[in-house]
Amino acid sequence: MKIIDGKIGWLLLLALAIAFPFFAAGNDYYLTVMATAYVFAIATIGLNLITGYTGQFNLAHSGFMAVGAYTVGILTVDHGWSFWPAFALSGFVAAFLGFFVGLVSLRLKGHFFSIFTMCVGYIMYLLIEKWEGLTHGTVGIMGIPAPTGFAGIDFEAPRSQYYLVLFFLALSVWAMHRIANSLLGRTFMAIRNSDDLAEALGINLMRNKVLAFMLSVFYAGLAGGLYAGFVRFLGPGIASVEHTFDMTMYMLVGGIGTLLGPLLGSIGVPWLTQYLQFLQDYRFVVFGPLLIILVIFVPHGVVGSYLAWRARNASRLATEAAAKQANTQTSAAGVIGRGQQKGSSHA
Amino acid sequence: MELILEQILNGLTLGGVYSLVALGLTLVYGIMHVPNFAHGAFYMVGAFAAFFLMSNWGLNYWVAMAGAGVVVAAVAVLSERLVFHPLRHHEGLHHMIAAIGILLFLEASAQAMFGADFRRMQTPYAGIISMGGVTLPSQRLLIIVAAFALMLALHLFLRKTTTGASIIAMAQNRDGAALVGIDANRVAMMTFAISGVLAAVAAALYAPINLVYPAMGNLVITKAFVIIVLGGMGSVPGAILGGLIIGFAESFGAFYISTDYKDIIAFVLLVVVLSLRPQGLFTTGAR
Repeated sequence: MKIIDGKIGWLLLLALAIAFPFFAAGNDYYLTVMATAYVFAIATIGLNLITGYTGQFNLAHSGFMAVGAYTVGILTVDHGWSFWPAFALSGFVAAFLGFFVGLVSLRLKGHFFSIFTMCVGYIMYLLIEKWEGLTHGTVGIMGIPAPTGFAGIDFEAPRSQYYLVLFFLALSVWAMHRIANSLLGRTFMAIRNSDDLAEALGINLMRNKVLAFMLSVFYAGLAGGLYAGFVRFLGPGIASVEHTFDMTMYMLVGGIGTLLGPLLGSIGVPWLTQYLQFLQDYRFVVFGPLLIILVIFVPHGVVGSYLAWRARNASRLATEAAAKQANTQTSAAGVIGRGQQKGSSHA
Repeated sequence: MELILEQILNGLTLGGVYSLVALGLTLVYGIMHVPNFAHGAFYMVGAFAAFFLMSNWGLNYWVAMAGAGVVVAAVAVLSERLVFHPLRHHEGLHHMIAAIGILLFLEASAQAMFGADFRRMQTPYAGIISMGGVTLPSQRLLIIVAAFALMLALHLFLRKTTTGASIIAMAQNRDGAALVGIDANRVAMMTFAISGVLAAVAAALYAPINLVYPAMGNLVITKAFVIIVLGGMGSVPGAILGGLIIGFAESFGAFYISTDYKDIIAFVLLVVVLSLRPQGLFTTGAR
């Protein structure tokens, strides 16, 4: 088991992802499902940074994804930019907006932060829907150009689009790995575990929370930008809080506060939905109760539970080994003691 | 002058409905310290229950309202037993996610059963009353009277009866309430039932001048959250006052600023207030 935990496991996953188009030979539908799942995985990894690592449940996350998506949509369709410069901006526009939203919202704690961000998400959604001059309102933005090709690759075909999204997903996961294992990541986790304790350690709460928030919505913006170039149509629906709920479910199923969990959840759950296709819009009749059952019985998700199981196992083995050692010593002593009475039959 | 009077009456109507929804939310928060995101779904279930009791069973408007109250109270008590009770020792994030699970389940179930169409609820009070040059649809007048009567009844219940006092006691200090022999389970179930009834009545009152559809609770619940944050989480007078503030802000905002953006006004108000006073308008302590 140990061997697939580290670098090799991740390389194995990457190899599987690269090989996937060859398994799904010729079936563009599967490629599209997978690439969409990757886009949402990037956003979910971002949500996990602020919620799983830093402990602040941000309900405006899909709003920031919409900001990234509309950055690309508006700049390419209305202002004639090509995809790449607009895409490069998408994450930064979301993070820029996230700075101000974070500055105000992170003064609140716990429930209040979530309620406040839910309201911010609604403002974003309503603005996108009503501000027709900028966002085309409910009609949406149509005909967003596909990413322009370079070096002989064009991104019109599903397969090349799949690899493009996969590239950014891999980059995102790697960056998140670096963040989570750095001093900064430890700082975020310290804040999650206790505000007061973190502050007592000399951590500037506000600065670090805002930083986590900005990084998190940067991921959302980036995912939004990819979504725009990939789906090539945008409506206000992308900002709706349901998408945040979806990502919350992915995060929770996989394992909140882990690196692999959100990734597994956001790829696994859409595939499960594919098999439950007869449910379509009613998927939440099943997933709503599933979410509740998970929270009550498996609050750490698949990956979190596995890690906990392994930790328990390791500690049990350790105590068993220690007990055995202690046991052999005492029984050895006992044998010697008894041996003096009736000979050494227990050796 | 008449226009202003009309806006005031409009504000009272909206404020009454918002206050009822916010009251249920704030009571549950006071007892359980759970932001019940599913409360908007309770409101939606109430509207559907009243609608079908009237249209399919041909019941009287008031009987249908009472029936909806019973249905939603049952749904609310069930979710307390099955979801919030098992989670009472978990951390804050889990409550919120579980509440979202209930919300998603109820909304999707309503959509699966009744479709996403918009329905219009009939009311026996479709007429118009004119008083001193001001015309007023009688349903709006009914909303104002009924909402404030219910608030008064709730106030009397909480202040004058032992059962009501046990709710307040538990909101003030859970351990202390348990020490003097208050059954926490019973109080929790009762609070959820009351919050369900309040949501159902608000929905049955407001539905005739609005529409009935599965997602109808989303905007109302979000505004109810704005209200209880403004008024102080767990505070009963704060919920009523906050409801009126948002009601008036919306009716005057729609009139003087723009109908398109009237739904945003409540949220912008919250953002402004919390930017200046993170502790809310009417609370004194830090949070």
